[in-house]
Amino acid sequence: MLAPSAVILGVFVLYPLGRAVWLGQQRCDNFGNNCVSQGFGQYLDLFRSTEFQNALEVTFRFALITVPAGVILGVGLAVLADKYLRGIGVFRAVFSSTVATSVAVASLMWLFLLQPSVGALANVGWFNSLFPSVKSPGWLQDPDTALWAVSASSVWANLGFTFILVTAGLQSIPRDLHEAAAVDGAGGIRRFWSITVPMLGPTLLFVMIVSSTRAFQTYGEIDLLTGGGPQPTNPTTTIPYFIYGQNSPIRNDAGLQAGAAVLLFLMLLVLSGLQLAGIGRRVHYGE
Amino acid sequence: MASEHVIEPAEPMVTDPVAPADDTSRRHPRQSFDEPSGAGRLGRYALLCLVTFVVVFPIYTTVVAALKPGSEVLENPLVPTTVTFDVIVDAWNEGRLGRYLLNSFIVAFVVTTAQVVTSVLAAYAFAILQFPGKRIVFLVFVATLLVPLEATLVVNLDTVDSLGWLNTYQGLAVPFLATAFGIFLLRQVFLTLPRDLRDAAAIDGVGHLGFLRHVAIPLVRPTIGALALFSFLGTWNQYLWPNLVINEADMNTVQSGLRLLSRSSLSEPNLVMAGTVIAAVPIFIALFVFQRQLVRGLTAGAVKG
Repeated sequence: MLAPSAVILGVFVLYPLGRAVWLGQQRCDNFGNNCVSQGFGQYLDLFRSTEFQNALEVTFRFALITVPAGVILGVGLAVLADKYLRGIGVFRAVFSSTVATSVAVASLMWLFLLQPSVGALANVGWFNSLFPSVKSPGWLQDPDTALWAVSASSVWANLGFTFILVTAGLQSIPRDLHEAAAVDGAGGIRRFWSITVPMLGPTLLFVMIVSSTRAFQTYGEIDLLTGGGPQPTNPTTTIPYFIYGQNSPIRNDAGLQAGAAVLLFLMLLVLSGLQLAGIGRRVHYGE
Repeated sequence: MASEHVIEPAEPMVTDPVAPADDTSRRHPRQSFDEPSGAGRLGRYALLCLVTFVVVFPIYTTVVAALKPGSEVLENPLVPTTVTFDVIVDAWNEGRLGRYLLNSFIVAFVVTTAQVVTSVLAAYAFAILQFPGKRIVFLVFVATLLVPLEATLVVNLDTVDSLGWLNTYQGLAVPFLATAFGIFLLRQVFLTLPRDLRDAAAIDGVGHLGFLRHVAIPLVRPTIGALALFSFLGTWNQYLWPNLVINEADMNTVQSGLRLLSRSSLSEPNLVMAGTVIAAVPIFIALFVFQRQLVRGLTAGAVKG
């Protein structure tokens, strides 16, 4: 009964991981052939290289923008929609809706929105006169705003996911708590900080860890919106795009690609460790 | 349960994707303290509408562009001046979106079916069967959850290439036919099945596969539904892997096909937006139909973990 899973996971997860660790200390051609061993110090050299450091910095900045923004907006929307009002179901459906967009769909929507020449915002008169930079140079084309624009697209695309999780979390908070506090004279804001936020703790932790993991694996948005650019500073080249993007400096060396991928794996491992620790706490918390 | 539904206000619960079916703590009389009234209610509606506008805006401009003839895209991006379905038809034919949808569907269907089957079998083994080294083997399986696609990609691409699977459905699907997430999720629910159930079935001479088919699977059907939706969406949304495995136009998935369309039609934003609409509509419909499974699937990691 275990055999089918064992074969697939063995051949396509464990074996390639092991081989990638080995490849990571070699220099090869782009098929992983003709490899020459460089020793495991190559991992350190790679990590210290300007290109990897840039990608690392970009990835951290991207995570530091998208994770808090996503959590704050997701909680805000969920709290806003967590009331008994006629038609609230429609609003909830709308707020959840971006969960149905794939990376490609969401990114192309935003590409059209932000394109400097043929895009939607650049051709809306009042918006254009309010923010001339949307037309020239364009928010995706300006090195100072490109990462923010990509982040906006990414936060929007993941908003539905966060909204659904936080709403489920809100609904698991016993109403008695709110009612008792209200009877004692606690207002809405007081109840938000003293009841909602602590009771949402485990959900928020989960959302934050999933969002950070996703931020470290961001590829599609970059590929479609900026191609890692604008050149030459590459302010939107995340680590996955540095490894696999079409302008990647290591694209033709399977050894360096594998090495960088293993470094990314190690970083995600730390995040996953946090996740497991968080789950441990949550189970304890719930029982 | 059913009787409790009767006292609910006639809110459109059907359109509410996040209302749990079994949450009794939320059911209370209408005159609750957290049902705003008067000015508070108006203000909240205003805020809800404002947020709705912002959230829907990118979708709205996309749909408007998709419904416009090319000559009008640059004028009034917010108003559908002339509505035509020609561009959508063009995107379907020239952009081959129909073919890409089919490819994505085939791959996602195969991967989902296989992941459910392999996960059920392995989860059952880990939850019910006894065998030496079970704990260690289970830990190794779960550990594969920690390995991101990015780390295995270089070698998997080589493997798929040497099998001659570039530009094939096998290449797109086979590496993903099993998932530790599904195994872990289903093991957790199989563990909650009473031990007596299996013992009673064994006394009646029912083997493991029979027990699985007639007792265990029907009991955990909601979790299987959630896993299936999760697998389907995950496969459907894959971006990086299809881009690397596919370079023949006809074998593209919706995602890699959209990329192709956006690269080849930069000067025709309405065509690209039409393609985007075509790619998005099936998933919007599917999630609307399966909203309950979706919520269960998404919260599975958070709650069941």
